[in-house]
Amino acid sequence: MAEALFHTTIFQQLQEELLLLQGLRAPLDAELQETGLGIINQSFPHRAFPVSAVHELMSSSAEDAAATTGFIAGLLGTLMQRGSCLWVSRHRNIFPPALSFFGITPDQVLFVEAPDPKKALWSIEEGLKCATLAAVVGEVQELSFTASRRLQLAVEKSRVTGFIHHRTNRVAGNLACVSRWRIRPIASIPPEGLPGVGFPGWNVELCKIRNGRPGKWNVQWTPQGFSVLPEKVEEQAAVIKKAG
Amino acid sequence: MRRYLSIWFPALLADRALRLRPGLKDTPFIIAAPERGRLMVKAASTPAVKKGIVRGMVVADAKALLPALKLFHYKPGVEEKLLTRLAEWCLRFTPVVSPGLPDGILLDISGCPHLWGGEKLYQDAIVHQLKTIGYEVCTGIADTVGAAWAIARFGAAGFIAAPGQQEAALNPLPPAALRLEPPVLERLQKLGFAHIGSFIAMPSTVLRRRFGQALLTRIAQALGHLPETPTALQPAVIFREQLSCTEPVHTRIAIDIALETLLQQLCDSLQRSGKGLRSAVFKINTVDGGSQEIFIGTNRPVRNTAHLLKLFEPKMTTIAPGMGIEVFTLEAPAVEAFSGRQEAIWNTLGGADTGSELAGLLDRIAGRFGDAAIKRYQPAEHYWPERSVVAAGLSEKTGAAWRSDRPRPVYLLPEPEPVIVAAPVPDYPPMLFRYRGKVHNIARADGPERIEQEWWLEQRLVRDYYVVEDEDGARYWLFRAGHYGAEKPQWFLHGFFA
Repeated sequence: MAEALFHTTIFQQLQEELLLLQGLRAPLDAELQETGLGIINQSFPHRAFPVSAVHELMSSSAEDAAATTGFIAGLLGTLMQRGSCLWVSRHRNIFPPALSFFGITPDQVLFVEAPDPKKALWSIEEGLKCATLAAVVGEVQELSFTASRRLQLAVEKSRVTGFIHHRTNRVAGNLACVSRWRIRPIASIPPEGLPGVGFPGWNVELCKIRNGRPGKWNVQWTPQGFSVLPEKVEEQAAVIKKAG
Repeated sequence: MRRYLSIWFPALLADRALRLRPGLKDTPFIIAAPERGRLMVKAASTPAVKKGIVRGMVVADAKALLPALKLFHYKPGVEEKLLTRLAEWCLRFTPVVSPGLPDGILLDISGCPHLWGGEKLYQDAIVHQLKTIGYEVCTGIADTVGAAWAIARFGAAGFIAAPGQQEAALNPLPPAALRLEPPVLERLQKLGFAHIGSFIAMPSTVLRRRFGQALLTRIAQALGHLPETPTALQPAVIFREQLSCTEPVHTRIAIDIALETLLQQLCDSLQRSGKGLRSAVFKINTVDGGSQEIFIGTNRPVRNTAHLLKLFEPKMTTIAPGMGIEVFTLEAPAVEAFSGRQEAIWNTLGGADTGSELAGLLDRIAGRFGDAAIKRYQPAEHYWPERSVVAAGLSEKTGAAWRSDRPRPVYLLPEPEPVIVAAPVPDYPPMLFRYRGKVHNIARADGPERIEQEWWLEQRLVRDYYVVEDEDGARYWLFRAGHYGAEKPQWFLHGFFA
């Protein structure tokens, strides 16, 4: 019995060490921020949303992109208590007043409009190196593995959280990002059968997560934050993806 | 012993107007300003003066004399600005210059004229150079401010009062040359004093009783018994450093070292005067006579060498040393006060950090893509969605607050895109709409939210906005422009909700 317990501790220690080597440090207490993702947190290493990492969010249509932006904004609401955020895109289409619905003060967000994709990537990388920022959101059409690795290396030093909003119709290859998400809008559920449009709802698919467990959930954004809808939780087979 | 040179511009404003519009050389024109409900002549051009139009006339009278007269409006404060500029220009002749309103400049020339080969040549040089620029001037040199002033305005052209001879120079001049108030001048004229010489030797008690202390003070100042110190112009400090090489240099390392040295010197001098630079120009002069420039700008006052070096770095590759570089110059054309308050503003943006790291990042981005690439939005007090946000500067704050009582889409199309809808009249949400060839059946809808055009800004149709959700769960912001009536209103898609 004691031997089994001893083995578990050793395993745990080894796991921690491996995570550390892969650039995923256990979040410090000061950094441990409750993003309100509830049960989704179980899928992450260290059981908390990986801050100081680069996340990739894929979207293929304008509707998906809007849902993805909403999801990012929901996460930013918590992260931006630490500082401001740099939002890099080719063309500005974000309507800043909408960000205040997600708990963000829109004037804390610095929008950068890059003239071409290469310069967009450059400013995302520079932003990720700047430890003063809480987060960097970058909208890109194309991202190569090398570029994603550069971004991941930048955050490991500065501990900024990066969100790469990857807007493409193509099947994306492997990237060095810590996770890959796909957010799609789902029909909202108006409270207690009232008419009209309810709170925004999304189908959140965590396609890949390094050292975690991918899954699919239906999430709603309420004024109190994220709420994961319980009845439709679909647990995927426990497949631990290898680190990319 | 001090020597003063007084410059008088008899037609300062008219000369300036001619300088701005050389085509007016032979046209009679006046510059007029409203005074007690009438337009008065403030300055007149030479052809106008020949026709008898003088300063102080009513414009209506002048027009009666010469109907073809051209009229320009006087801008208040223009003389002061002009005289300051001219005084700054005069700094090439002496370090102590003071502009004297309304139409003169005083130069303290003590110890300067011998560099031009004597007072006569010195004075000629000044008159000639001002004439080349386009200003007619009269000058006078004397031991005192008062005497120089008097000679310039009332003496013979270019008269130089020898040291100690100011009394002899003043004697034939009229009393007005003593810079007196009009009531005193009137009384002097009434008593028949046409020249200064006729009363200057009178006992002071007699003069004081009849004309007051002011006359005695002015006489004493003109003769040099009372000291008079004009306020000297303080020229703006120029932040500029230069580095000359003993041997022409070509290598990148040498250029980097030169830039770093110059930046260090410039930042030191900025530190001493409590300033930070907003822009800097790095100039190089090559052996073959060519010159090249690199320009950088910053988002806020900076005097950090490392930060500035980083801004210059991406542009350094554009330097072509050619035959070799002889002289490096670093100049800061725009500087601003470096205050702690600005730091505080950056703290709100930058969290716990002093903000300098963030500022450095923004400067680098702005240096690459231009200032317009970085935007921060502030709410504006407008309901019309396109006008409800303004791009603000990095440290500005508008008074308005962000509203979140009405649904607003995360994506707003820059231009509303027309869609084809099937909607029941009069003001129900549509049942389906077709956007880019795809039909969306609407499952849920909210609205309408009517947003009226602000008629004082623009006249356009009202918009009735609906939040709609299609069968797939995607949410859109649609609006109908105008009401159902004679014309069929057009529907538009304006945004996507999260």
